[in-house]
Amino acid sequence: MPTIPPRIALVDYGAGNIRSVAKALERSDLEPVVTADPAVVRGADGVLLPGVGAFRDAVTALEEAGLADAIREVTSGGRPYLGICFGLQLLFEEGTEHGITPGLGQLGGRVTRFPEEDENGEPLLVPHIGWNEVRYEGDHPMVQSLPERDIYYFVHSYRPEPTDESIIAGRADYGGTFTAAVAKGNVFAIQFHPEKSQSAGKRLLDAYRAWLDQS
Amino acid sequence: MSNGLKKRIIPCLDVDQGRVVKGVKYVDHVDAGDPVEVAKRYDAQEADEITFLDITASHEERGILLDVVARTAESVFMPLCVGGGVRSLQDIRDLLNAGADKVSIMTAAIKNPDLVDEAAAKIGSANLVVAIDAKQVSGEGEPPRWEVFTHGGRHETGIDAIEWAAQVAERGAGEILLTSMDRDGTKSGYDLAMLRAVSDRITIPVIASGGGGSAADLATALDDGPAGGHCQAALAASIFHFKETTVGEVKAELLEAGIQVRPPAGR
Repeated sequence: MPTIPPRIALVDYGAGNIRSVAKALERSDLEPVVTADPAVVRGADGVLLPGVGAFRDAVTALEEAGLADAIREVTSGGRPYLGICFGLQLLFEEGTEHGITPGLGQLGGRVTRFPEEDENGEPLLVPHIGWNEVRYEGDHPMVQSLPERDIYYFVHSYRPEPTDESIIAGRADYGGTFTAAVAKGNVFAIQFHPEKSQSAGKRLLDAYRAWLDQS
Repeated sequence: MSNGLKKRIIPCLDVDQGRVVKGVKYVDHVDAGDPVEVAKRYDAQEADEITFLDITASHEERGILLDVVARTAESVFMPLCVGGGVRSLQDIRDLLNAGADKVSIMTAAIKNPDLVDEAAAKIGSANLVVAIDAKQVSGEGEPPRWEVFTHGGRHETGIDAIEWAAQVAERGAGEILLTSMDRDGTKSGYDLAMLRAVSDRITIPVIASGGGGSAADLATALDDGPAGGHCQAALAASIFHFKETTVGEVKAELLEAGIQVRPPAGR
């Protein structure tokens, strides 16, 4: 018997192209519901917050749409939340792009720019654009159904620095090691873009589908 | 090794009125197919990214491009960069909304350099590419010098290409797409001296373009050694469009040459 695809609230707060994420969800047998309605976010089988763009503009947009509180609720315990790029960054206490901006404060730590030099004193090219390998760690359900390492597409200048290292679920190397994935209870969030990562991206969204089925 | 970032191979599609074309030095275009179908083929080959350059002369035909971008974004699961005829912040937004991940600007930045700052602030540097078409203007025996050209090489600007790259990087460009118009379409190899000069001057990624005729050419453009181009990505068109080779075959050769690329599918 075919199962009914879980309905995923794909949070639309005006931050660019959401269609690719919707397409990628469909490819992993998930039903995207593009929404800016906090009630839909609260009632969905899963919540996905995508996003590119400036930290401050995005936080402001979420607050103004009444979505910030819904995201706080969901990420405090509820249905599986998948954060992509900005959907990872905004969970932290503050961002440092164009001055200090408060995030949602669900995870301890800040989102900071890559350093100008690597640990050998060589200039580091920023933005970090392209494919890089993520090494997974820990025992989160997502990690358990993913390969130990996989290569994904990144495009960003800022990355999270969690105060609690135990939430780190994946690391990559660029000018030193940085946090590429975090996991805490019903929250799994990643700095890279599964919707742009071909077969590796599909593996990640398939793992999300499996996690939803277990939850 | 603290850097796991792979170097990228980017097939480039010149799009004219909704069709893929490829010429030699910007003239003599040959039809090479439907952009959506060509993009899907490269997605299947696990190209690292794809670039559309709209070479349609008329601004009125913009809708055709937006439609092609939208249909491509729905059909592939890899990053899509779009450039050509981008004149304003609104044009950039329209392309991003249609499904482009990155937008490349060229002539508009030369006419109004503040557009680079404005776009970087609004859409983020990571999504903003500045394209530079350059030609060597120094004679034999002189120190090498390259200048920025526009309108497919017909208009000289008198602007030094290296200084221009440094300026737009400072203003917030996230990447430079650097095309040698002396080499474009010739398959005679990239202009390594120019690539190296720009790459070494700035701290944002440089994409090599113009002249890539073989895997060996791409390897040299991406090589960080003294004779390499020091670039982070290489654009190529002819060698892929006419099915002379595949992205997978090129990557296999690059790995053998010691260039860190994402391994081809199935390896």
